Amino acid sequence: MNGLEAPWEELVTTALLGTERRAAPAAAGADDQAAALLDLAAVGTVRRRAGLRPAEAQALPEQAPRDPRPPLPTAARRRLALLLSDRTGAGSGGSRGSAPNLGELLPQWLHAARGHGYRAPAALLPALLDAARGRSDLRRDALALAGPRGLWLAGLNPDWKFALRAGPAAVASPEGGGGENSGDAERRLWEEGLFAERVGLIARLRARDARAALNLLRSTWADERAEDRLLFLDSLREGLDPDDEPFLEEALADRSKNVRATAAELLSCLPGSALAARMAARARACVALEPVGGGHRIVVEAPYECDAEMQRDGIAPKPPTGRGERAWWLGQLVEASPLSLWTERFSRSPEEIVALAVTDDWRGDLHAAWSRAAVRQRDALWARALLGAPPRGHDPQGKGPATEAASGVGAFVVGPVGTAGDPAKLLSVLPHGERALWVARFIGAHGLSEAFQLLGVCAVPWSEPLGRAVVDALDIAREAGNYPWSFSGVMGLAERCLDPAQADRVDALTAIPETDGAPGAGNYWSEVFQRLASTLRIRAAMLAELEAGPGER
Amino acid sequence: MEERWTAEQVLALAPDAASRKAGSRLSAPGPWSGTGTAVLPDDGGTAVWGLCKGSGSKPYQTVVDIAAPAYKCSCPSRKFPCKHALGLLLLWSAGAEAGVPGEQAPEWVTQWADSRRIRAEKGTARAQGPVDEAAARRRAQRRAQRVAEGAGELERRLADQLRAGLAGAEQAGYQGWDEVAARMVDAQAPGLAGRVRELGAIPASGGGWPSRLLEEYGLLHLLSKGYLGLDRLPEPLAATVRSRVGFTRDGAELLRTAAVRDLWQVLGQEDSTDDRLTTRRVWLRGERTGRTALVLSFGAAGRAPELVLPTGLSVEADLAFHPSARPLRAVIGERYEGPAPAAAPSGISVGQALDTYCEALRDDPWLDAWPVVLEGVVPVPGPYGWQMADAQGREALPVDPRGAARPGLWRLAAVSGGGPVTVFGECGHRGFAPRTVWGGDTGDGDTGDMEGVAL
Repeated sequence: MNGLEAPWEELVTTALLGTERRAAPAAAGADDQAAALLDLAAVGTVRRRAGLRPAEAQALPEQAPRDPRPPLPTAARRRLALLLSDRTGAGSGGSRGSAPNLGELLPQWLHAARGHGYRAPAALLPALLDAARGRSDLRRDALALAGPRGLWLAGLNPDWKFALRAGPAAVASPEGGGGENSGDAERRLWEEGLFAERVGLIARLRARDARAALNLLRSTWADERAEDRLLFLDSLREGLDPDDEPFLEEALADRSKNVRATAAELLSCLPGSALAARMAARARACVALEPVGGGHRIVVEAPYECDAEMQRDGIAPKPPTGRGERAWWLGQLVEASPLSLWTERFSRSPEEIVALAVTDDWRGDLHAAWSRAAVRQRDALWARALLGAPPRGHDPQGKGPATEAASGVGAFVVGPVGTAGDPAKLLSVLPHGERALWVARFIGAHGLSEAFQLLGVCAVPWSEPLGRAVVDALDIAREAGNYPWSFSGVMGLAERCLDPAQADRVDALTAIPETDGAPGAGNYWSEVFQRLASTLRIRAAMLAELEAGPGER
Repeated sequence: MEERWTAEQVLALAPDAASRKAGSRLSAPGPWSGTGTAVLPDDGGTAVWGLCKGSGSKPYQTVVDIAAPAYKCSCPSRKFPCKHALGLLLLWSAGAEAGVPGEQAPEWVTQWADSRRIRAEKGTARAQGPVDEAAARRRAQRRAQRVAEGAGELERRLADQLRAGLAGAEQAGYQGWDEVAARMVDAQAPGLAGRVRELGAIPASGGGWPSRLLEEYGLLHLLSKGYLGLDRLPEPLAATVRSRVGFTRDGAELLRTAAVRDLWQVLGQEDSTDDRLTTRRVWLRGERTGRTALVLSFGAAGRAPELVLPTGLSVEADLAFHPSARPLRAVIGERYEGPAPAAAPSGISVGQALDTYCEALRDDPWLDAWPVVLEGVVPVPGPYGWQMADAQGREALPVDPRGAARPGLWRLAAVSGGGPVTVFGECGHRGFAPRTVWGGDTGDGDTGDMEGVAL
């Protein structure tokens, strides 16, 4: 039957028009044209399908570079799959019940796994890239784990462009790389790269060769946009060095006010800089020591004008509404002056200086300015003096510094956090152990209501005394009949930061107590403590899994 | 003792994403107590059990029989398996040290296992009970008559359409064909009804639709003609036609007559859900017979289908194929051993895959695709869709465009890293639909990706 030879396209045309208008090809003379066409279509279809041949291949993708890092231990690999699958639950709000929110553990897991130098399993790379796409705080660790294969994959999918922008900087090869022509490559990246790539380049180059980084920056400085100049300048903050001073001095004459202000701020972080010396000279004229009675006190004579020289050095002439301009200028002068000025000039230790009386209500302004200076100059001695001992109160350990000085000396006294100095910022200057101890005592005295920011600057996992103080304070809050959601911020932190060793103590709190507090609060607390305890256990388990050798079950 | 499953395998049991999430959250030892696992005394299955603290005062009793698998939980959830069962299995999958030590099963666990065994024995007894053969034959004749009437009507509809021309089909939409599909349901020909229903969607399926529509007309015509001339067909082909029209066979009966025992490797799995039903398709390949099989399992909405065969494992079991000129669909009977881990399957080239599909079409012209394992292929994303290319970059299979938006394709690319991999999937006239990938030779001992990754 020569109907087998009927070209398919003609069959389709006939079918479209209908056999009433056009005869089926190769079926002329058939009684029932439509039935004949159906026969032909059936044969044609099977013929077409059975005759399928392979297509010509498109260009193959380049092979992903090899990643020599070890694979994850099996248990850790499963954990990652779980954490990534729970990611969508984050931020859904509502009551979470007693089950832990695994998505919140993902950042910690990624950070720890990256620290171990593992590479992510290939099959999980798409989920990992999706997670990093949705949460920029995950990107550094996620991209580092994803490694060269992750970057390769991101190059194939426009959804993951962000990974290319963060660039090879985030996916530093384990050996550091850097060929003989890396200088040329860097110059090209500097001249043609996207902004984020260029910032990344400066940061990396600075770590290796500060002078080269600065030269690169100078080479195009005049042509950069003001907001880019500002961000480039800001990137110098890390690893600031006396060698940067000439460049920063030039930037004091920048066209942009914000660039000028940032340059001045950075210069004042260099206690040996010319700007710091000029500031010190000005500040010295304003603050002096005078004898009174048997001792001394500080007298303050705030500046009467903000001249052009001061403005060039970054002093903002116009105060925010509600503040006197003289106090505003004084604060900036003292903040930008080296703290060594005062210890030398007054021949006293920071503690002694902080304890001195100050005339005419200048104490608050002066101490606040010193606090900012201590943070800027990373001066632990001053920070410790300005913080003072944590305010007194109920001390859970009974060995707090129960001196009379405790509740009145620090710049940060009672009242709302941040009146004089910001204690969280001051704490960040202190060594970790000391920070934790201070915050533990603070919580012992004041409870948790103002502790959130302070806890944020403490090292993870929290030290034993700090963890104990937090758990005790939560227990006290429960017994006082509060609802747990007043403490949801601290709870969230505790889930991520409390040492898993505290899980047993938390367990003891999961029993539903007979309190006469708010109705139902006991049940909620029990749920919250259950969740905290199980989160701690998962954290312990997941960190332990990362310790196992690769491939171990 | 059974091989412990992986977390991925456990999560594959979840009826929906919400259960998966809820189960993950119960995967820590925190809410659990009294957990244990032991081999059940009578049937040799492995039970895992535990008490999970919920919102009430009494903890929920959760127990899972790994071999079946079967679940029981005292919680009120209507999801199946519930989050407690999933959490328990995840805990168990993490290993003994994580909190499911082996021990003596408590009474509530053994009671449940006993009642299950008794029920199973009763079921077998009932299936073997006497049947009224004369009545059954009368019913069968009546149905055959009605299906033949339906097939005849379908023939007339198709011919009418071709007389008037397909050009109007674009505007006609679903309605006309939905009515015909309903007629086929009345005629007790669900297979015809299903094919007819899909005709309505083709005119809206983009460029080239007249050609695709004519193909489907042709195949429907072939099927109804085949049914009308059933007694002139050789028996295997007649069986194919009957099953495509919608006659089903009782699985238990098939198992009694012709079971094939082999070590069946699970090549892949796919769940699809519509409003009422979750359909799970599991593809198997016998190590000794080399035969490929497709096992279907169904679950009502909100329940995962009962059949659980994690991808990448092998199970020694009886399988009975539905009779056909090209047998593929099968029911699973007794399981003897396993599941145990299996190595990556061996595969064929791109050209051989098409040849295999072509061979299969010779027996069953209605096949849309045939399951194959490709070896040494590179997934290539491209502006006009994905391809599975041979490692030399010469020949390629287009990837079925209907799966273009699936996240699985990116998992496939990630595992391949631009290098050759082994991929299981369905090869058909629409292209290749990948289902499982086994990692390429990374040469650095990343056994994780050798297990087979579902796509």
